Amino acid sequence: MTTALSVDRELDQSGGRPTPATDARNWLARTGGQNLGLIGAMALVLAVFGWLNPNYLSWNNIQVIAEAATISGLLAVVQTIVIICGGLDISVGSQAGLASVTSAMVFTSTGSNSLLGIGAAVAIGAGIGIFNGVVIIYGRVNPTIATLAGLAAYKGVAQLISNGSAQGYVLNDSLFVFLSRGKIAGLPVMVWLLLLVAAAVHVLLRYTDIGRNIYALGGNDTAARLAGINLNKYLIAVYALSGMVAALAGVLLTARTGSGQPVSGSEGLELQAITAAALGGCALKGGKGGVGGTLLAVALLGALQNGLTVQGINAFWQNVAQGALLVAAVVIQQRRARERAVGLPA
Amino acid sequence: MNIPSTATARPGLAAESITKRFGPVQALRDVTLRFPPGQVTALMGENGAGKSTLLRILTGDHQPTAGRIRLDGQVIDLDSPTDARRAGIRIIPQEPEIIPHVSVAENVYAGSLPRRPGRRLDRAELRRRITADLERLGFDKVLDPDLLGSELTAAQRQLVEIMRALTGDTAPRAIAFDEPTSSLSDHEVDALFALIGRLRDAGIAVIYVSHRMKEIFRLADRIAVLRDGTVAGTVDARATSEGELVRLMVGRDLSSLFARQHVAGDRVVLEVDGLSTDDVHDISLQVRAGEVVALAGLIGAGRSELALALAGDTPLRSGTVRIDGDRIRLRGPADAIRAGIGLAPEERKAQALFLQRTIRDNTSLVSLGRLRRWRFVDRNQEKALAQEYADRLRVRAPSIEAEVRTLSGGNQQKVVLARWLARKPALLILDEPTRGVDIGAKAEIYQIIADLAREGTAILVISSELPEVLGLADRILVMQNGRITGRLDHTEATEEAILALAMADDLTPDLPHETATAPRAETDPAPGGTR
Repeated sequence: MTTALSVDRELDQSGGRPTPATDARNWLARTGGQNLGLIGAMALVLAVFGWLNPNYLSWNNIQVIAEAATISGLLAVVQTIVIICGGLDISVGSQAGLASVTSAMVFTSTGSNSLLGIGAAVAIGAGIGIFNGVVIIYGRVNPTIATLAGLAAYKGVAQLISNGSAQGYVLNDSLFVFLSRGKIAGLPVMVWLLLLVAAAVHVLLRYTDIGRNIYALGGNDTAARLAGINLNKYLIAVYALSGMVAALAGVLLTARTGSGQPVSGSEGLELQAITAAALGGCALKGGKGGVGGTLLAVALLGALQNGLTVQGINAFWQNVAQGALLVAAVVIQQRRARERAVGLPA
Repeated sequence: MNIPSTATARPGLAAESITKRFGPVQALRDVTLRFPPGQVTALMGENGAGKSTLLRILTGDHQPTAGRIRLDGQVIDLDSPTDARRAGIRIIPQEPEIIPHVSVAENVYAGSLPRRPGRRLDRAELRRRITADLERLGFDKVLDPDLLGSELTAAQRQLVEIMRALTGDTAPRAIAFDEPTSSLSDHEVDALFALIGRLRDAGIAVIYVSHRMKEIFRLADRIAVLRDGTVAGTVDARATSEGELVRLMVGRDLSSLFARQHVAGDRVVLEVDGLSTDDVHDISLQVRAGEVVALAGLIGAGRSELALALAGDTPLRSGTVRIDGDRIRLRGPADAIRAGIGLAPEERKAQALFLQRTIRDNTSLVSLGRLRRWRFVDRNQEKALAQEYADRLRVRAPSIEAEVRTLSGGNQQKVVLARWLARKPALLILDEPTRGVDIGAKAEIYQIIADLAREGTAILVISSELPEVLGLADRILVMQNGRITGRLDHTEATEEAILALAMADDLTPDLPHETATAPRAETDPAPGGTR
């Protein structure tokens, strides 16, 4: 357009010394509307439950919330990468269950070698992730369908090898005890692990060329391919990462409960992970989202769940709330994308 | 064709003081235009001038913020596309909406298929209706009603849209064509124009949106020019000139679109020998440093397929590709990029751009290898690179942090060019670089191509606009059915010569490469052309 400006450099040249006003504006721009909404919702949740029950905001209870949110938080963080690629992994809960059983069984059969147990679980996770990726890419199976099949099959494998019951006892091992009860600088080790994984994924997505390529292939796979990005390599690596982090979550589950759990504790985690990623601003068609939003959403979901439990609200209602939140998150997202309400969504 | 004539002294379709705002953006301001029956009114303007918005308002897709629409003197309310259709206003969209897995007949009547009791499809009635309509409209030779949507060519897809517009319960009174020729080859354009002529003679008000001057002068009775959301002028097509239209559109003169010197050197950058893929056969060609070689031909001649093969995206069946004398293996686009080949593909939104990402992101994508330390992208270097090329290509945007979807077509194309220029390719392949680009940006893109050539880049341009081919190229290679059927030097090339080669032996698509192409007089079978 004749009236349009040429690209200007005001942003870089605004005089070197940012004023508080531009600082605030930059912070707002960086944080984004979705995240501000989450922060607002979080404040509301904390205020309401804190007012209903003064113990809710105690340091003790906050640690309980954080610990309870760790396992689903890990899955939500890797789900974020998978969703940015335009994929979905709904088998993460079953993968965690299988990894939990594996870690405990290998631990027991190797004479209480916790490192071997954890290593075996993570290796299984990586293998399953690669298998998911291969089925999706070379079998041309839609990611939702492929991992839906995985959700059933991996759970079945976990039940088969464990005969459907909890396996072994691991809390006689110092590493497992450290994982379940240890603290560093006042924070539980589990929470540190979540923060560590989240930070690593954040750096990967935001500051490396790998992250750029992940956003690119999720945003427009044809364009990414023509820009020389090896789509298959990236997708398989992302599913492998998803499997490994799911396995880590499974190991934490073993540590928390003291034994390998084929199903209990891991069932339904995929729903929480996807809900958190969607609430955190990941576009389900790919190419958009970030770890920051997902972590905020994980914290919000954790705080909400804990608050409802503290108030003695029926767990069945919590399921309803969870489902409602997922749909609400996506509806908000789609309304922002201003997609026309005709036919099936893109 | 038998379309009932309704031509009397009716006022036709009229927009009265139409204003349209999208939030803070004023897309149309007080637009008053008349589209008389029995006339072709061309609608011109740069991208963003408001043509699409006006069309959408006339066809009920958008509602005006202020103003009225009259049809034959009566004010009509268009709350939806259905209302407009019922009133007799139809549009042939730029990209036809075709249902891939159903037949042409079902595509044409989609939404009002004939039914038997129990909601079963009445196939006999469908057959009777499509046969009658095809014959009435004169399409029975070119459109097989049993073909599936996915099997149609671009021209046939458009015919389906045209049939949708011309059938139905109410007679059409106004039909808008939105850049109908952008994916048609020249002889298909001729057929379309004949059809539009018949619509006009039947007393329908035809609205014709296009960027192409030649077409407009061939077809239009009146020309309305929009600029920045207002009517810049309405002129009689017989009493105006290309220069005047350009002035109305951009508010300034563009005296020489193609100010290009021929600067080709002797160093051969690209050498292709006997290349075949599933779609192209036995291609041999050379492009020298500083040379602009154009690939001309009809749609479907295999030009884009050749471009994709050279960019490493489709596997080669045989043949060799050399860059600067070194034979390269093309196992994927990464190989081509490493060898110094850049491709700005035909569909920039679908094949090149990340619309939700910034200009910076889009520009740096293929240069990240150079911008990273270990695996971390150096933000400052990246910004500097994106800024440098945004400045050099004069990308118009608030900043390099603007999302690419907010840019106009021409500026989006410049971002695609910036991505490749930042890599300093040895060979740049440009597939329809000015499609859907307004005339101001077009001139800038021509200038960029000329500058690149002067700096020694080898350039392969694919274009369906013959004036563009003639204006840009040092040499012209004409393709047909996946083969190079002619080679012309810029000194001897004319539109007629190119067309003659492009349509040389009109091989039927059913008999592809078995039918050998006889070398013609103008054809120089040796690679390297006629110089």
